Formats: sequence, C-alpha cells, structure tokens
Amino acid sequence: MSDTTQSGPVLSADGTPLKRSLARALRMQKVRALMLIAPLLIFILLTFILPIADMLFRSVENRIVSDTLSETVVTLRDWDSVNGEAPEEAVYESLYYDLFVAAEAKEHTKLGTRLNYEQTGISSLFRSSGRKLDDIGEDHVKAMEKAGGGALKDEALWFEIITGGASGAGNTALLEAQRTKMAQLTGEDFSADIGFVPGAEFSDLFPRTAMAYTDFALFTAVLDEDVVAEEDPWETVFVAFAQEVQVPGGAEKLAAYTGPGAAELTAAAEALADLEPVSFKASFLDLDEDWGDVGNWRTIQTYSPTYTSGYFLNSIDMQKGVDGAEARPENQQIYITLFKRTMFMSLVITGSCIVLGYPVAWILANLPTRSANLLMILVLLPFWTSLLVRTSAWKVMLQQQGVINDVLVWLGLVADDARLVMINNQFGTIVAMTHILLPFMILPMYSVMQTINPTYLRAAKSLGATNWTAFWRVYFPQSVPGIGAGSILVFILSIGYYITPEIVGGTKGVFISNRIAYHISSSLNWGLAAALGTILLAVVLLLYWAYDKIVGIDNVKLG
Amino acid sequence: MADASTTDAFVEFERVQKSYDGETLVVKDLNLTMPKGEFLTMLGPSGSGKTTCLMMLAGFETATHGDIRLGGTSINNIPPHKRGIGMVFQNYALFPHMTIAENLSFPLEVRGMGKSEREQKVKRALDMVEMGTFGGRRPAQLSGGQQQRVALARALVFEPELVLMDEPLGALDKQLREKMQFEITHLAHQLGITTVYVTHDQTEALTMSDRVAVFNDGRIQQLAPPDQLYEEPANSFVAQFIGENNTLEGVVKEIGQGRALVQLDGGEVIDCMPVNVTEAGQRTRVSIRPERVEYNKERLQEGAHTLKAEVLEFIYMGDIFRTRLRVAGNDEFIIKTRNAPDQVRLKPGQQIEIGWLPEDCRALDA
Amino acid sequence: MKLRNLTALAATTALCAPMAFAADMADEMTIVSWGGAYSNSQIKAYSEPYAEKTGVTIINDESSAEAVAKLRAMNEAGNVTWDVVDVVAADAMRLCDEGLAMEIDPDEHLAAAPDGTSAEDDFGDLLVSDCFIPQIVYSTTFGYRTDLVGDTPPSKICDVFDLEAYPGKRALEKRPINNMEWALLCDGVAKDDVYDVLETEEGQEQALAKLDTIKDSVIWWSAGADTPQLLADGEVVMGSTYNGRLFSVIEEQDQPVAMLWDAQVFDLDGWIIPAGLSDERKARALDYIYFATDTQRLADQAKYISYGPARASSAPLVGKHAELGIDMAPHMPTDPNNAQNTFLYNYEFWADYRDDIDAKFQAWLAK
Repeated sequence: MSDTTQSGPVLSADGTPLKRSLARALRMQKVRALMLIAPLLIFILLTFILPIADMLFRSVENRIVSDTLSETVVTLRDWDSVNGEAPEEAVYESLYYDLFVAAEAKEHTKLGTRLNYEQTGISSLFRSSGRKLDDIGEDHVKAMEKAGGGALKDEALWFEIITGGASGAGNTALLEAQRTKMAQLTGEDFSADIGFVPGAEFSDLFPRTAMAYTDFALFTAVLDEDVVAEEDPWETVFVAFAQEVQVPGGAEKLAAYTGPGAAELTAAAEALADLEPVSFKASFLDLDEDWGDVGNWRTIQTYSPTYTSGYFLNSIDMQKGVDGAEARPENQQIYITLFKRTMFMSLVITGSCIVLGYPVAWILANLPTRSANLLMILVLLPFWTSLLVRTSAWKVMLQQQGVINDVLVWLGLVADDARLVMINNQFGTIVAMTHILLPFMILPMYSVMQTINPTYLRAAKSLGATNWTAFWRVYFPQSVPGIGAGSILVFILSIGYYITPEIVGGTKGVFISNRIAYHISSSLNWGLAAALGTILLAVVLLLYWAYDKIVGIDNVKLG
Repeated sequence: MADASTTDAFVEFERVQKSYDGETLVVKDLNLTMPKGEFLTMLGPSGSGKTTCLMMLAGFETATHGDIRLGGTSINNIPPHKRGIGMVFQNYALFPHMTIAENLSFPLEVRGMGKSEREQKVKRALDMVEMGTFGGRRPAQLSGGQQQRVALARALVFEPELVLMDEPLGALDKQLREKMQFEITHLAHQLGITTVYVTHDQTEALTMSDRVAVFNDGRIQQLAPPDQLYEEPANSFVAQFIGENNTLEGVVKEIGQGRALVQLDGGEVIDCMPVNVTEAGQRTRVSIRPERVEYNKERLQEGAHTLKAEVLEFIYMGDIFRTRLRVAGNDEFIIKTRNAPDQVRLKPGQQIEIGWLPEDCRALDA
Repeated sequence: MKLRNLTALAATTALCAPMAFAADMADEMTIVSWGGAYSNSQIKAYSEPYAEKTGVTIINDESSAEAVAKLRAMNEAGNVTWDVVDVVAADAMRLCDEGLAMEIDPDEHLAAAPDGTSAEDDFGDLLVSDCFIPQIVYSTTFGYRTDLVGDTPPSKICDVFDLEAYPGKRALEKRPINNMEWALLCDGVAKDDVYDVLETEEGQEQALAKLDTIKDSVIWWSAGADTPQLLADGEVVMGSTYNGRLFSVIEEQDQPVAMLWDAQVFDLDGWIIPAGLSDERKARALDYIYFATDTQRLADQAKYISYGPARASSAPLVGKHAELGIDMAPHMPTDPNNAQNTFLYNYEFWADYRDDIDAKFQAWLAK
C-alpha cells in the first residue's frame, strides 16, 4: 500500500500504468464477447428494437399534411379558425397548386385518407377534387391555347420561355426549392440533372408560372423519365400565367419582359382580357361546396405540424378541438373502455391461470420423473395444435348447441330452452384464453417448484407446523418467483392477444388488441394503431416497474 | 452414559418393519429401546435402513408393521407436527425466504407463543450456538458451519425432548466437522436431550455417541457403546465396518474355554477368541485390529502362535507407522505401530514373524 | 392533365402492344385471393387454363383478407411480391387512393365482349374505381333455419328485426356496413334516402337505435365461415353472409337452411394489380387479367360457385354446376328473380364515413 502512494500509479511489468494494461486486457475480452453476441444483437435490433422504434415514431409522425400541401399549410397558418369564416383567396390559390402536383403524383388521396380519420368526408373531397381540378381556370387555359394561332400549344416554346433561352441567367435557387418540395411530396430522389433551369428574368417577373413549370419539369424528367421540352406543360402553368398577368401590374410586367416568346405571351394576355381573373376560392367552391366548410379547413390547419399528438389523444377518447384537447363525443368513446377491459380481463385470466396451474405444477414437481414427463406432455399438448383449432374447439364446447350445454341438458341440470350462454362474451374469452395460456403459467411454476427441496416441508412439519401452515408459510413463499414469472408472462401475452377474443369474445369480450388489429389491417390508420400499441407498451412497462417495486424483479425465476 | 439403562425406556421400536413397494423390506424386525438423555447414533452404509428408521420416528414415514413409542405412548398415528420432535436435516433445510431469527421463531409461532417470549427464546437459542448477532441475516448469507449451528438452534429452540439429526455434518469440511461434533455432543449432554443421530461416518459415530446402532440390510447388527463396538465387534460386518481390520479365513479346529484353534486356509494354525463360532469344523473369518498385531517377538506371549509375514510397504504417517504385509496369502494385512523412539522401522522385503494376544483375534461368522 | 392523359394513353398503347410476346413477361406469378371454394373456382376457371396456355407457374396466396395492409407494408418495404390480387371493391378503392394499385384502362387492358361491345360498356357501372377490374357480383344476404322459423318463414329483410315472429339468435357481421343500411330500411327510411339519412348524426343514431332492439339476440361474426357454421349448428335462427356461402350450405351440404332474397346488398369483388411492379411482371399480370376477365372465363367461374359474372355479356353463358349439375343461373345474385329488391352498396359513402361510423358502431357494441 505504502509503495503505491510513494511511486504514483502502479506500473505493470512493461512499464505502462497498470490501469491502462488492465483496461486493454478487458477491452479485448469485451470485444470478443461482443462479437460472439453480435448476430443475436443485430437480429434483435432488426426484428425487435427497430420495429418498436418505428411504431413509436409513427404514433406521432404527421409529415403527410405539410409534405403534400406544403404551401397551403404556410398560407393557412394565419387563418383564424374560430371566427367561422372560410379562408382567404390566397389559401385556395396555394391549395390549387399544391393539390395539382399532389394529384399528378397521386398523393392527394393518401392525404384524403389520412385526414378522413379526423374529419369525415375529406377522403372523397380530395378524391373528387383531384379528378376535377382541370375545371379550375379551364376557360383561361383554352383562351391562351387559342391565342396567337395556338402558339402556346407548342411545348418547345414554353421550355424556351421559362428557361429564358440559351443565354439567359438561371434561377437555381427556385429549382433547388422545388426539388426539395417534390422530394418531400413523393419520397423520391429528385437530385438528378434534369436538363432544365428556370430563367432568372422570367421567374422574377412571373414567379408563380416559373414555379409551376419547374414542378412540371421535375416531375416529367424524374418520374416520367421524359424530355421536358417535348412534353406539354401542366394546366397550372397556364393558370399561373393567367393569374399573374391579370393581377394589377401584371400587364406592365409583361410589357417589361423581353425574353423568348414575349410576343406569344402578349397575345395570350390579350386573349385573356375578356375573362375575369381566376378566382380560386370560387372555383373550389364550385368543385365542391365542402371546400367552404370551416371544419375541413380547421382539420387541415390542426394537422399541419410535422408531429401530432392527435393519435394519442384519439387513443384516449379525446380529440384536438379548437381550444386544444377535448373529450370525444360520448358515442365515439371506446378506447378507454377497451383498455380497462383488457387490463381487467388479463388480470382475471392471469388469476385463473394461477389457480388452475398451481396444483398442476405442484403435482408435476412432486411426481416421479416418468409420470411427470407424461403429465408434462399433456400440459404441452395444446402447443402442438394450432391456435385457431383450439379456439374453434372451445366454440364447439361452449356454444348453446355445444357439448357442455348438451350434457347439462341431458343431465337435466339446465332446461333445453334456457341453455347457458358461455361463448361470445367475457366468459368465453376467459375460458379459452386461460386454456391457451395455462402452459405459460405452469412451466415457470414447475421449474421453480422443482428447485424447492421437499425437506423444507418436512422441516416445517417437524417444527410443529400443520400441513397447511407448512405449505403456506414455507412452500408457497418459495414458489412465488414462479408465480411471478408465470403471471408476467401470461399477463403480457394476454393483453396482446386478439385472435381468441375475436373468435369467442363477442362484443363484451374483445380486447384493445382487436382494435389495433383492425386499424392495422382494415382501416389502415397505422398512426392510431401505433399510438394504441405505444400506450399498451407503456402500460406493460409501468406494470413491470410496479412489480419490480412491490415484489422485486430478482424474485422472478423462469427456471 | 450407557449404564443409564436403568431409567425408563423413552424411545422404543418394537418389531418395526417397513416396506415401500410391498415386495422387499427396507427395515426388518427392528427392536430398539432408548433411555431418556441418551445420544444414540444409527450408523450404517447407505441403503441400510437407518434413515428410514429416523423418518419413521419423525413421522414422515409410517411403519408397515410394529409399534414405535415415545415416552410410553404409541406415536404411529400421530402426525409429525404433533410429535414435538426437533430435527436437524442433512442440508439444514433453513427456510431461505426467512431471516435467521424468523427461522428460529417459526416453531414458536406455530405453537402460538407470544411475541416477546418468542424473541427471548430465539435470542437465547442463537446465543447458545454463538450466532447471536446473525438474527437479521438470510441463510444464504451464512457459511455452511453457521447454517449448521442455526439449524441446530432451530431444532432446539422449542425445547423438544427428542432431537433427530440426519447426517447433519455431511456437507462440512473435516476441521469444521470435528469442531461441530464436539459442540453437538456438548450441547446435547448439557441440555439433557435425547438424541438420535444418523451418520455413515464411523468416526463421528464413535466420538459422539453413548451407544451406536450399526445398521446393515435393514437390521441392527450391533447396538453397543463405541468402545465395545470397536473392540468386541459382534460379527464380521461390524468388524469390517468399524475401524480398520485385518481378516483371515479358515476353519475352526478346536474350541473350548473361550479359546478356539483356527486353521487358516494356508494351513497355519492360530489362537482366537470364539465369538460367532460354536463347534469345530465351522468356517470362520478371524478379525485382528492392525494396532493389536505384534512383530517384536519379545513382546509376544510365551507359546503364542506366530505367522510368517513379508513386508510389502512401509508408510510413515507421523504419529504412527503403517505397514502392509503379506500374511497367509493375504496381501492387504496392515499393522499399525506407534512412532515411539524404540520402534523398529520395517523395510519392504523384510521377512518377519507376527503374532497377537488370542483375545484380540476374534473368530467371527464366515 | 388532359394533355398528359393523351400521351399517357399513347404510352400504354405502346406498352400493351407487345403483350403477345411472352418473352417480355415474367414466367412466374403470385395470385392472391380469399382461399376456400372461392379460390378453387378461380383456379379452375382461370388459372389452370391460363397456365396451360402460357406455361407460367402460378403461386396461389390466400391473403386477400389482409391484402390492403399487406400491400401497404410491402410497398413501404419496397418489395411487392404479389402480381394480381383479388379484393372487394371497397378495398380496391382504398388501394387506389393509397397509390398501392395500378390504374387500369378497361378498353386497353381488358378484352371486349364477343359481340364487340367494349369492356368499359360491358362492365358498365361496376367499374367503381380506376384500379379495379370487376370479376363477380355477390350479395350479402340472410339465410335462415327452415326448421326453426315456424310455418311462415321470413320473407322480408325486416323479419330479421322481428323478434316476436322469429325469436332466437341472429348472426350479423361485426361492422357497421350493411347493418346500418338494413336497420334504416326497416325503420321506415326509403331505399333511396338511406345514405342521405346515414350521413347525418341523427340518422346514425336512428340506425343504432334500431339495431339496439335486437342487440341482445345477435351473435356478431367476423369471418365468412361463421354464419354457415352457426346456421348448421342451429346456434342462430338466421344470419347474414355471402350468397355463395349460403348456396354451399343449402345445395352442397344439404342443411335445413333457406335464403332470403330481399334487400340483399350488392357488392363486387375483382382484381387489382399492385403498383410498382417491374415491367415483366406488370406485363404478365396484365396478360393474366386480360385472359381471366373475358366473357367466357367469367361465365365459367359460375360453374363452381354461385357468384354472378361482372360482365353483362357473361350472364347468358352461365351453365350448370360442375359437380351438382344444377342450373346455376337461378342462384346468381344477378338473376332477375333474385334481384327484385336489391340494395346498392355506396362505395363513396363508406369510403368517407367508414372510420367515423365504425368508431360509433364499435362504441355502441361495447356498451
């Protein structure tokens, strides 16, 4: 001891500090150990951790609104949702351009489906509007196309106008901005060179038109893999130009324009003179009067942010209202009931598994090996038949014209017209699930009981304890870890079960997992399913934590 | 000690038989009487029925036939928890989920004793085994020896009149075992409890007991105080089982007046004391303890028969010398001699003559 | 958009032209359907002749019940392994909305009728979605135990709600669709007004209130096989299910069950091709669809199962059951005798209201 204090850090034989050489030696060991478990670790990461992380993420993720209606959500941000008036023209204008691109990319129906979870009717509103979007500014487009002997029908001319010819300066900032927007909208990679850059002069004068054409160009070049100059531009380009040239000051801008196609554009502007400027709001209301519905707009505004608590609120029978979270209408409240019911029934199932499994495990642990093995096979037998077969067998057993009722009627215990209802209710679920989960209770109990030396009981009796006292004070406490392990196993398994409750649960015996399954496979509301699943996971972790606090997790033995 | 047989019989086995499968008897016709305060050891190889006897006494096994009495009353139909017998188990059987104090308190609790009285008794019992400061610990936190003491204290805490111990020292190392042997005997005598002790370790049996019952094949082969058991084994099993022993086989040639002349199979004739032989012509197995064999002719009795022997091996063991000889065709004949200043150290290959007092050579059953 | 459509059309024409060249098509395909007798009828009527003709290896998958979710998952994972998927029309619409199914141009991708009628006209109104190729018309209707309903068997849909005349359990599907419509019909709402009423909060309440009157006597089913089993076991007096299932209970299994042809809900089942297939696989899928949905094939399917062909031109060709030898035409939901009072399922409505009404329906069920 005194040596070390005198000479500072202890050195190893080769002069390096002992701590460092120890660390190195240990590191080698750790690396080797890590490599051994690496396959398992990777497996768990891929099949367990990542899906759970993905689920957690999905429960709050809400990019789709801002990705699809990127401009609209910005314009809509300042709209006062409380005053009961539909938004301003500017919002509809943004909506038009957003929705057009979205419809081309077939993203608008996805958004419709997403928003329909929150507001009934949006799905068909988006679907039908996407189809009829061409109606907006139809007259303007026609007029422009006719003008100047159909000069603007020439796709090559448009390409030249927007790019500003070979000599014009390019507006790469606009191109990059639209690249990002399109990439967000479609999830595709738009970074490729598309042989098109909007011209700086034109895009300064007519930014909306340039933007619309850039969207078109990106879409054509990247998604359709066509040559931009050889394709007819979208109607949005025409509409945008019409809109920009008809606003006050638009004519002056056109007069100042000297680039390619100036004459043709002027001719088109003249053709537009007879027409009223495009009113997006009126056009949308024309398409579908629901575009004037404040509720729809409120929904879009509420769900604009990239992340939302909406799914979680929904999971606990609440919703996002005008003033923040509020309870759902009573006739839609279901999840809290289901959560409570799932917990309650899982507890009952766990309880019945303990009551039925304990004696079996005890007999197993105390029988001679040969008979114990036979009994063990009987216990495990249910594992060897398919879950559906077992559940259906319970149906045959429990239904009103089933085996049990038949026997009871035959014995005269039950009248033929008053057969017991034992299925399609909670009772059926509890019976079938107890049966299915029983082995998960028996096995850990059995393995723990096996380790309890029978001399403890003898010792207790020799010390004066009756059979019951000996069992209760000495044997039972030692078997508690088995009960704990079995209970955790059965409880966690049962709160996640859905096939059995679906088949035998009727209406009162279904679990929250049935709703999760419904949202995963039927309604496709994966966000809500993820939120429900996350809550379930949280509840399990909470219970696990509580168990650890009360009983102590060291007291759980699987064998 | 053994002469306490004047007191009334406290534990009695009368014609007790036990069979598990209905075909073979594990315990055959057992008769045993123990006075109060005696320390009796049941000794025997495994499967000899000694543990079964203990378990029948404790009440964990029922006798197939016969009567077991405790303090004069038959306990055949009394369940174990009402017998009031303290028991120490082979693996201690301390309840792992209870503290030491709770373990000790358990028998008092089930007897409905009040809390303060319980605490007092637990403390006294723990002090008795010098474990007074360990009350709050769990069994797993104690060493084997400490657990052993606690198990003992637990068996004694409710002041039983009879204590049963089933190979309680089996799991301890040699040194600790010897220490505990002493402590257990000391405690048992100090408290005046009647003790039935089961072991397969003969040293333990010899050092601890007032009397030893040697079990074999479901029967008591001999029931005697240790010295008698060692020096006067009643049959060849006991002779073999207790201590080290040389055996030679032969036929009784003459018999009479406490002497028997035995002709060994090699033709040599020796003097013996007849124990299980009654007439000439019977085959016998003679038994001589290694330390009673003499090779120094001067110390032998006049006219004693001697045998020729060849030294095969000499082992120095500190306090004694152990020499292996070839005698009358037996290569495993051992003699032990004290490491005294004048003792001769034999060398392998040396030819010697050996002999003994006729009363040390016991002619037993073949 | 219109301009683009023209070019797109030109492109697809170009794409369809080489359909005759098998070299450009995948030689293996996975067809997804519902399993059971239904898949069997498709294999017999379409897949086997097609495989014989082209030598393609066909893998049959029975995942149609989870097709929408699975396709979405496959699409997210970027690995779509299915080539042709059989789904109900409502699912096809959802898949189309989600961009998971490819858009189909009936006149380009589907065979014309023998008399030259274009596919678009031949299928007519049944083309309910841009991605959907109709195959059969089925009905959801009620079957009842002839031995448990007394002397006057039920003849009207509203007998389902009449507990006095027909006591006993009924089997209804555990979802709002169809049940809500029937409830309103039997609560005095005119057939044409049903969806207008159901759009309103009060209308939904009204439907649930009507269902409330029989709630205690209902066993809710979720798998198509449930009602036939419940009827066969005598667990229920009557129950809703698909007409093909009832046909099989009545004609093939000879159970004491009869069918109610009143206000049965007309629905469609058909094919979609998943979006994002490689060119070879897409060509193969289109080729299969072209083959499997022509007039004769659709009529052939009716030999094996009592669902009506989706083409108008197929109806006259419907023959006899392949095993029982009975005339299949009278068992078709499209047969004029059966279709006297049918109820048309409104896809648009349910696409919009499904989530909302389902939440209310489930909450009502759990009450």
